[in-house]
Amino acid sequence: MAYAARRRFDGFTIYAVAYLVFIYLPVLFLPLFSFNSSRYIAFPLKEFTLQWYEEMLNNPSLIEALLNSVKIGVAVAIASTLMGTLAAKAVTRYRIPGRGPLIGVIMVPLVIPEIIMGIALLIVLNLGGIDLSLVTVALGHMLLCVPFSMLVMISRMEGFDKNMEEAARDLGENSWGAFWRVTFPLVLPGIVASLLLTFTISFDEFILAFFLSSTDVTLPVFIWSSLRFPRKIPAILALGATILVVSFVVVTFAEWFRRRGVHVKTDTGV
Amino acid sequence: MIRFEAVRKSFGHFRAVNDVTLDIRRGEFFSLLGPSGCGKTTLLRMVAGFEAPTSGEVYIDDQPMSVIPPNHRPVNMVFQNYAIFPHLDVRGNIAFGLRKSGLSKDEQSKQIDEILELIKLPGFGSRQADQLSGGQRQRVALARALIKKPKVLLLDEPLGALDKKLREQMQIELRSLQQQVGITFVFVTHDQEEALTLSDRIAVMSEGSVLEIASPTELYETPKTSFVADFIGTMNFFEGKITTSDGQNTNIETPALGSVHATTGGQLAAGSDILVAIRPEKLRLQFERPPQAKNIALGRMGPSAYLGDRSHLYVQLENRKEPVSVALQNLESSADRIRTPDQDVWLSWSPESVVLLPAQ
Repeated sequence: MAYAARRRFDGFTIYAVAYLVFIYLPVLFLPLFSFNSSRYIAFPLKEFTLQWYEEMLNNPSLIEALLNSVKIGVAVAIASTLMGTLAAKAVTRYRIPGRGPLIGVIMVPLVIPEIIMGIALLIVLNLGGIDLSLVTVALGHMLLCVPFSMLVMISRMEGFDKNMEEAARDLGENSWGAFWRVTFPLVLPGIVASLLLTFTISFDEFILAFFLSSTDVTLPVFIWSSLRFPRKIPAILALGATILVVSFVVVTFAEWFRRRGVHVKTDTGV
Repeated sequence: MIRFEAVRKSFGHFRAVNDVTLDIRRGEFFSLLGPSGCGKTTLLRMVAGFEAPTSGEVYIDDQPMSVIPPNHRPVNMVFQNYAIFPHLDVRGNIAFGLRKSGLSKDEQSKQIDEILELIKLPGFGSRQADQLSGGQRQRVALARALIKKPKVLLLDEPLGALDKKLREQMQIELRSLQQQVGITFVFVTHDQEEALTLSDRIAVMSEGSVLEIASPTELYETPKTSFVADFIGTMNFFEGKITTSDGQNTNIETPALGSVHATTGGQLAAGSDILVAIRPEKLRLQFERPPQAKNIALGRMGPSAYLGDRSHLYVQLENRKEPVSVALQNLESSADRIRTPDQDVWLSWSPESVVLLPAQ
């Protein structure tokens, strides 16, 4: 077995390395050029500088867009995780007529092209006479995030024994008490994973945000509009590099937390 | 104590429980026994309050239960896979049900220590669920339920996940625990041996109905239906017709065994169809024709299985396709000789050991 494993090493290693280079090399240009003192993105590199990071911090509209995105991201993450959790509990714990089609309908936004959804939502908002704002962007993002959250929470809830809640009820708790004392602690890893996932989706979503925002823009929309001005690009690179590092930390943390959850799950299995 | 009155439960078109009426007495170890899917767990879950009867009513101490939610019923349950809370340690699990008891922290702590003593796990309070063996989890599940001092303890196949040795040990412990605490136990199992070992009374269930409620001895020695006779232990069945019956002695003519004498059966009409049933261990095997025996049949040794303390032998009769099952205590090693196949042997049995059952 060990010998076979070693033999496979060669051919697939080259493929794997090529794959990783293809995926990650372009991304690594971002931090690379963000420290380059030339305003133009081209080799050879000039001197090391932090001036673009300074420029980024001194740009109030960039910071405002960043804050908008964070605000929307947090609100969307909390709201869609709450809805996703309750929906997941409903479909995993109760006998619901038409369960299959119901889940299907909730999952549909995952497969509808965002540009179609963007146009459709814009038409609806127009008809309803609702002004575009950060709120409309957040509502659009929720449409995308609820199915993701629900998927995460369904797998988490199916992972632990349904008898746990019954045991809690049997020992004197009403359904609310059973939820808080047993279900919630057991699904907490799933909730954290869902919060991080939905925040990330909302944070870098562009198309819906572009259609549904007005004068207050989110970060992706701001970046897109800045690309028309080559002067502003190095600051965007600095911002991109910063977000890259933050995302990396967040995703690593989420994965660590999720694995810890899986660990707990295997332990409870009999 | 617990009374089921015409209880019925349907899931869609499937009828899981069909008009069950039964009484469970105070302080009794009562088992619901049947193959999987017979409705025994559904019945138990209706006592706990996790399922509502489609019609009929469950009473505990003459109180109708249908209006009372699970958390207010005077019963507690040990789940099949124990449902130990993985995010709490052993003390946390046992203390779970005490939150609304109104007891002081000290009093709670004292009770937990006592119950840990009772389940023979003192000093295990700070263990996490994943640090416990199957048997220990089972005890924690018991303690967690018993500390609530329920009127009835419900057990849903609690020994199913344990290996054979541990299961036998837990059976003895469970029985002595029940006698110590004096609480009514309702025990669900598909393992007939387990039910016989533990119970005061057993209800045998099949396809949603209760077929027979009796003590283990009655169920084994004098079953009332062929399903019960077949489900509990092993049974040899022979079809026959009554020739004479005077209320004391009955004679039956069977194609396989010839004439059979029985002392059971009561007054039966001559000429009617009947099923003769004989347990494997009631049959005697001999090489010579036994001169005194009232019931005999000649057969040929078939295959045999050696089980250590006993052997299972199969004897082929001339007029019966299926071989007759015979259980033999391996009292001495000379039993080797009798296991040699293809030799003629005489089967004999006493009239008292014959069970007469209505023909299907």
